[in-house]
Amino acid sequence: MTEVAQNVKWIGENWKKEEVLHGKVFTFSDRPQARYAWDTGEAIGRYLAGFKQGKILGVRCRGCQRIMVPPRIFCELCFRDISEWVTLKETGRIRTFSVCYVTWDMKRIRKPQIPAVIEIDGASEGMGILHLVEAPRGDKPWERLRAGTRVQAVWKPKGLRRGAVTDIRFWRVLTGNANAGH
Amino acid sequence: MARRVAVIGAGMTRFVRRAKETSRELAFGASRMALDSCGLSLNDIDCVVHGTAPDAFDGFHMKGEYLSDGSGAFRKPYLRCYVGGGTGVFAPIQGWMHVASGLFDTCLVVCEEKMSSCQPHPQGAFNSIFDHTTERPLGPNLLWIFALEMNRYMNAYGISQRDIAGVSVKNKKNALDHPAAQVAKETTVEEVLASEVLAWPVHRLMVSPVSDGAAAVILAGEEKARRLTDRPVWIQGVGWDLDTSYWTNRDLAYPQYVENAARRAYRMAGVREPRKEIHLAEPYDPFAYKELHHLEGLLLSEKGKAPEDLARGRFDREKGELPTCPSGGLMGVGNPIAAAGLMKICELFWQLRGEAGKRQVPGKPERGLAQAWGDLMQVGTVVVMGIK
Repeated sequence: MTEVAQNVKWIGENWKKEEVLHGKVFTFSDRPQARYAWDTGEAIGRYLAGFKQGKILGVRCRGCQRIMVPPRIFCELCFRDISEWVTLKETGRIRTFSVCYVTWDMKRIRKPQIPAVIEIDGASEGMGILHLVEAPRGDKPWERLRAGTRVQAVWKPKGLRRGAVTDIRFWRVLTGNANAGH
Repeated sequence: MARRVAVIGAGMTRFVRRAKETSRELAFGASRMALDSCGLSLNDIDCVVHGTAPDAFDGFHMKGEYLSDGSGAFRKPYLRCYVGGGTGVFAPIQGWMHVASGLFDTCLVVCEEKMSSCQPHPQGAFNSIFDHTTERPLGPNLLWIFALEMNRYMNAYGISQRDIAGVSVKNKKNALDHPAAQVAKETTVEEVLASEVLAWPVHRLMVSPVSDGAAAVILAGEEKARRLTDRPVWIQGVGWDLDTSYWTNRDLAYPQYVENAARRAYRMAGVREPRKEIHLAEPYDPFAYKELHHLEGLLLSEKGKAPEDLARGRFDREKGELPTCPSGGLMGVGNPIAAAGLMKICELFWQLRGEAGKRQVPGKPERGLAQAWGDLMQVGTVVVMGIK
């Protein structure tokens, strides 16, 4: 025997689309009855209170000296308490980005989303957060953005902020810097 | 000193988009095939390790318990393990520990995933991997993190999408010879680049499919293995490593945690020069760029140079110096998460015994490596196997 699979009756038979559509498959549907209300905790609670005031807060670890964002009340590397809070800038640089044309359930979206890791000015090098960049005009947005492009937070009006990461509507490319990069 | 442990049998189901079988029936299919391949019955099995990814796919809490009948686990010590996409190579490491420790002589390791039950799209189950307060309000989906990592990788080393598309071509072609493959296909770099942009820089043909399937292996301690087969395939080294879950705080260009896991496995296996001593590899390839990214982390290519190695044919199955994903990988055979990783261990077993048929890597390979990756882009799991 040279191939192990030769004498095998293969299990794993694919339903044909027609069989599924025409109800030849008996299926039972259910939706888990589970909703969640997450506490923000000490570190992220204070971070979001900063957002409500239009400020991005970070923390500094006395051990490794890293200035970190998102903030945390313990350093996951030094494994010690952190108590020093720092107000960071509301500008930063795009570390990496994508231009996404689909939703999680694979529906197509005409106006793409541009998720990015944004390194925040005032934090240690490489300290970024996940957020959204305003889509530049044109067909191929990826040709207009670069790693290193400088961006600035665009906040919601004060009255609409509720202490959430979405209090920043998106990050806008700072003019004159579009080609700054590697 | 740990006992030597061998893989003595392997089995898997077909990987398909929507299986007629239930999760438990798939787990049984793979387990039964693995037992049959080495002529054992369930009575010969001392313990069972099960690997499966999110409970949310099946919508069944305690999935380990749910799948225990198809995994042959009743009235036996049973462990379910889970490190996201890394599970398929983590599970045999857990099985190795069970046997190497001397606690058990034989272990059935089975991994299963049925993603299709999750409606309207199994990506819904993945949305809950993001931080509920700092990330989920932005409306992320799984493609984002891959696209962000791929772009960072491209940017760090000046790599193009064209350089990466060749992985899809190679793996889908290799899978044409795999009887269990879901998305085998003859394709070209042009076709991959012309396929729809889902989340730039990721095109549709650079993504593995949604799949249902299962895979299983039988492990045995040295004495038992020698009694049961004249061709044991030894687990020579294992390694795993976890990086920080603050993924926006680290450089996505290089998977340091994969290197750490690989170094552990190489040390245990006595491998000093991986590029010479590893004869074939099954790196984890849920997206085309991931195979290259991982080959670098595994120290099988220079940092940023895996695309060049790919272009000059180094990873080709027939003529390459280091055939990679001879099975066809996740890009060709399919990606039922945990089962896909264990499929790679099955492939090493068949390849190293010379039983891979049309997929057989030439030159009588003596040592291979399988690797998987998962959690929030932060875990690397590595197994080195060989015939000596």
